[in-house]
Parts: sequence; structure tokens; C-alpha cells
Amino acid sequence: MFPAEFDYERAESVSEALERLEHHADADVEILAGGHSLVPAMKTEGREPDVVVDLDVPALDAVNALDDRTVVGALTTYATVADSAAVRATVPLVAETASEVGDLQIRNRGTVGGNLAEAHPGADLPAAALATDATVLLRNPDGKREVPATEFFRGDGETAIERGELLTGVRFPHTDGAGFAYAKKTHPATGYAMVGVAAVVETDGDGGGDGGDGNAGGGTVSSARVAATGAVDRAVRLPSVEGALAGEPLDADSIDAAAAEARADIDADRLRSDPHASGEFRGELLETYAARALERAAERVAGDAPTA
Amino acid sequence: MATHDITLTVNGTTEEATVESRTLLVHTLRDELGYTAPNVGCESGKCGACTVEVDGDAVKSCTVLAVQADGSEVTTAAGLADEGLDPVQRAFHDEHGLQCGYCTPGMLATTHQLLDENPDPSRAEIRKALKGNICRCTGYGNVVDAVETAAGRLREADDESGDGPSDGSADGSSASGAGPDGRAAPPEPGAED
Ligand SMILES: Cc1cc2nc3c(=O)[nH]c(=O)nc-3n(C[C@H](O)[C@H](O)[C@H](O)COP(=O)(O)OP(=O)(O)OC[C@H]3O[C@@H](n4cnc5c(N)ncnc54)[C@H](O)[C@@H]3O)c2cc1C
Ligand code: FES
Ligand code: FES
Repeated sequence: MFPAEFDYERAESVSEALERLEHHADADVEILAGGHSLVPAMKTEGREPDVVVDLDVPALDAVNALDDRTVVGALTTYATVADSAAVRATVPLVAETASEVGDLQIRNRGTVGGNLAEAHPGADLPAAALATDATVLLRNPDGKREVPATEFFRGDGETAIERGELLTGVRFPHTDGAGFAYAKKTHPATGYAMVGVAAVVETDGDGGGDGGDGNAGGGTVSSARVAATGAVDRAVRLPSVEGALAGEPLDADSIDAAAAEARADIDADRLRSDPHASGEFRGELLETYAARALERAAERVAGDAPTA
Repeated sequence: MATHDITLTVNGTTEEATVESRTLLVHTLRDELGYTAPNVGCESGKCGACTVEVDGDAVKSCTVLAVQADGSEVTTAAGLADEGLDPVQRAFHDEHGLQCGYCTPGMLATTHQLLDENPDPSRAEIRKALKGNICRCTGYGNVVDAVETAAGRLREADDESGDGPSDGSADGSSASGAGPDGRAAPPEPGAED
């Protein structure tokens, strides 16, 4: 099973890649990162670009932890992110989510930038990007552009990336100290998320700081960001769940009540349906996995569970 | 359409090939260069039969363009052994971790990376690592046993070799049967970060 014929070009810097995109402005051009969405699609889904520009830019394969934010380069693989001490310390949800993508071999090749640019409705990282309030970093011939994750995903395979533009990285504000979790029901056929829920929950404890008394539920939720993937045509935040948690103690009752809101923001007819799971079943999974993500996040706020 | 001259180091041997843009790494290895350890199964990146190590990482070679791999070191399952069976291969043999053997080269390549990074994996960690390697005939119980056995033997060999070079028979047990056609010593596994 071969892809159709195409011309292959390698770009060894961001500017070279942008030049090549501009040069082929009239052709059907695809960027090649890990190739683990593009190559299968070129074999079986009739994606037949004229030109493939292989991004071979070492500078984009990097994790850069700053004071209050961590920037992950577009070409960083899931395996690198999952193992990165810096990511685990500053945005542990992202490391946990990366470790849930596909399988060991996929994690060795698939990239953060490719995952977000592909915008598969069941992809894992978009949920983490939304729950951490990340910003997607883009480059085009005119300069740089930043798009909040909440505005980046536009539909199945559709993003804010414009023609001729390159995704160079993602900026994650630090969420260390918050409870976090990614709970995924793996699709049995594809490996993507049938439904996945990512949560980051911060609480106001009495003591504050890290001198907490380890008292689970000893504080109220000051901010919660909860996002779902797999349920509809793109990853989405779940504002009703977030709203239900705000100001509440993070205990079993409030988690149940919040998870029960998981479907409130999604029109039933938008729920994805396939031979493995009807839209209705996905809706039920959404509640269950929202509860699981929040329970695990609550344990981590209390310091009972290990980090990613 | 354009062709590309590429160089690969396969199981320690430098190889050159001329490939089309669309040629997949697995086809270059098998059809052009004769390294038949990686098998072609699903061709869609799911089954793992085509797994080889590229610069120390287990990779599904049906989902990588050959031209992308230009300049890389590739190790196939046959290249994991120096001579005879290597401890992982021997453990698959001893524990009946295969039936038809179609999935085995891929299983071996993935196991090799797992044990490089985690010499003492739990059964759950073994299962997670082998998630991308599908076996159609033997079930996974014996495969997990085999990886566990291999890990134990490699750790023992490591302990023993602490005070001197070992004689190469890593676990001290007798090798059964002839080994695969190992062409050369595998490259040093790349340090991960
Ligand atoms: C068997 C299998 C199982 C999988 N399971 C999962 C899973 O469980 N969860 C999951 O999330 N994903 C899964 N994937 C998808 C995998 O993670 C892909 O690797 C990923 O979605 C795309 O990343 P990539 O680096 O391989 O991108 P590529 O395939 O190289 O590119 C994908 C698309 O993004 C564009 N693109 C890539 N990089 C950039 C950039 N820097 N700027 C602009 N555009 C860019 C490309 O032009 C292309 O259109 C699976 C894939 C396979 C084959
Ligand atoms: S043949 Fe490559 S993964 Fe199945
Ligand atoms: S032994 Fe036959 S496919 Fe695994």
C-alpha cells in the first residue's frame, strides 16, 4: 500500500519551511512532522499532496520551562513530553496526556505540533491544551501569531492555522500545585479517545501554599478547567462542569453534581456516533469520564496520588 | 517523480538505496536491502509487525518514509543478537511467546526499547509497552512472561558482569538451536531524554 506520488522536500529551519510553503503557494502542500497521521492518510484516505515539506528543525524539538510558563516546540514527540522532568513538574497534565497517546511506537514519532494541527476529533492533546489554557504559537511570512487553544480548534481537522502558516510550539501556563488528570476511554478500533476528559482544578486551602495539611476537600475550588475530546467534532471546554465546581468543596458530592453537567453544553445531535459507540453512549461516557478525571484530580490536590 | 539517494546503517552495516519519495522504510528494508525481519501486517500503523529501531526508538516502519530515515541507524529484530539468540529472543523461545512468529520481530524490537529504558518493568508496564504490537495467534500471556523472564535474566547478567567482562552468554543458560542471521552487533542504544 503506497501513497500516490509526490515531491519530497526537507526544510531545516523555520524560515526555510515558510519559504517552501510560499514557493508552492499554488500547489497542494502538506507539512510532514511525525507523519503518523499524514502517511496513513496518504495511503488509505486519498490525501494526495503534490509536495510534502518535511520539517527537520532541531530547534522545534525542545522543551523550555520558564518562570510561569513552559513552551513545547512543535516537533517534540509525545515520548519526550511524557518523560520530560520539566513538563512533569510544571504542567503534569500534559505529560500524563502524552503518555496516553496511541502506543509506544506512535509516541516515539508523533509530535505535539502534528497532533494539534491534525485536530482529529478524538486526539488526546487538544483536551490537555484546553484544560491548561494553552496558547498555540504560529509563524507566517509576516511574523508571529498567537492563538488561545480555546479559539484554535474549529472542527474535524480544522484549526486556526492559515495557508502558508507553521505551528512552531505551544505555551502552557504552569499548573503545578493544582489537581489534574486525563481520563480516557480508548476507542477499541483506532486507539484514539472514544471520550477523554482532562481537568485542572485549583483550590483555596486554609493554609495555602504547599504547607497543606493533607486534608482532602479542605478548601474550595477557586478555578476549574475541564475539557473533553472524542465527544463532538473537536475538543471542547465544559463550562457547565467548571461552573458547578466553582466555590464548592472538592468532594464526592460536588464531583458527582459537576460530572452530571457534562452533557449540558453539548447538543445531543452533535455527539459523534460510530459502530462502536452511539452518540447517546458517548454522552454517558462523558459523564463517567468527567467524574473519573475529577476524582483523580481531587486526590492529587490532596496529595494522595503520585504525579504523572 | 523525484528519487532520493539515501544511506542507512542497518544492523551495523552501511547500506545505500535509491528510493521514491513515497517509498516506505519497511519496503526499503525488506525489498531493496533484504532485511526481512520486519513484517508487513496491517500497513496502517496499528499492528506493529513492521517495528524496527530507528536511532534507538521503536518505530513502525510502514508509517515512515524511507527518505525521512536517511542517515539513521536502523536495528531490526535480527540485528538485536550478536550471535545465537539474544536473551530477549531466547526468553520468547523458552516461554512459548510465539506461535506463527509473524508478530515476533516487532515484539522483540519493542521489548528491546522497553528493557533499555526500564530494566525491571511490572506486568502492567510490559502490557502498556506492547500495546502497539498485535498478535493474532498466541495471546499475550506468554509474551508477557517472556518479557519478564528476559528482564530478569538481563538484570542477573548485569549484576554478574559488574566485576568483569562477561563471556557474552548473558544468562549463563545454554542457547537452544541456531540463532537468526545476526549480521553485526547492534548499535549502542541512544541515550534518551
Ligand atoms: C495507529 C495510530 C494510533 C494513534 N492513536 C492516537 C491516539 O490515541 N491519540 C492521539 O491523539 N493521536 C493518535 N494517533 C495520531 C498520532 O498521534 C499522530 O502522530 C498525530 O496526530 C499527528 O502528529 P504527527 O507529528 O505524526 O503529524 P503528521 O502526520 O506529520 O502531520 C499531521 C498534519 O498536521 C500538519 N502539521 C504537522 N506539523 C505541523 C506544523 N508544525 N505546522 C503546521 N502543520 C503541521 C501536517 O501538514 C498534516 O496535515 C495515532 C496514529 C496512529 C497511526
Ligand atoms: S504493518 Fe506496520 S504497523 Fe502494521
Ligand atoms: S505468533 Fe502469530 S501473530 Fe503473533
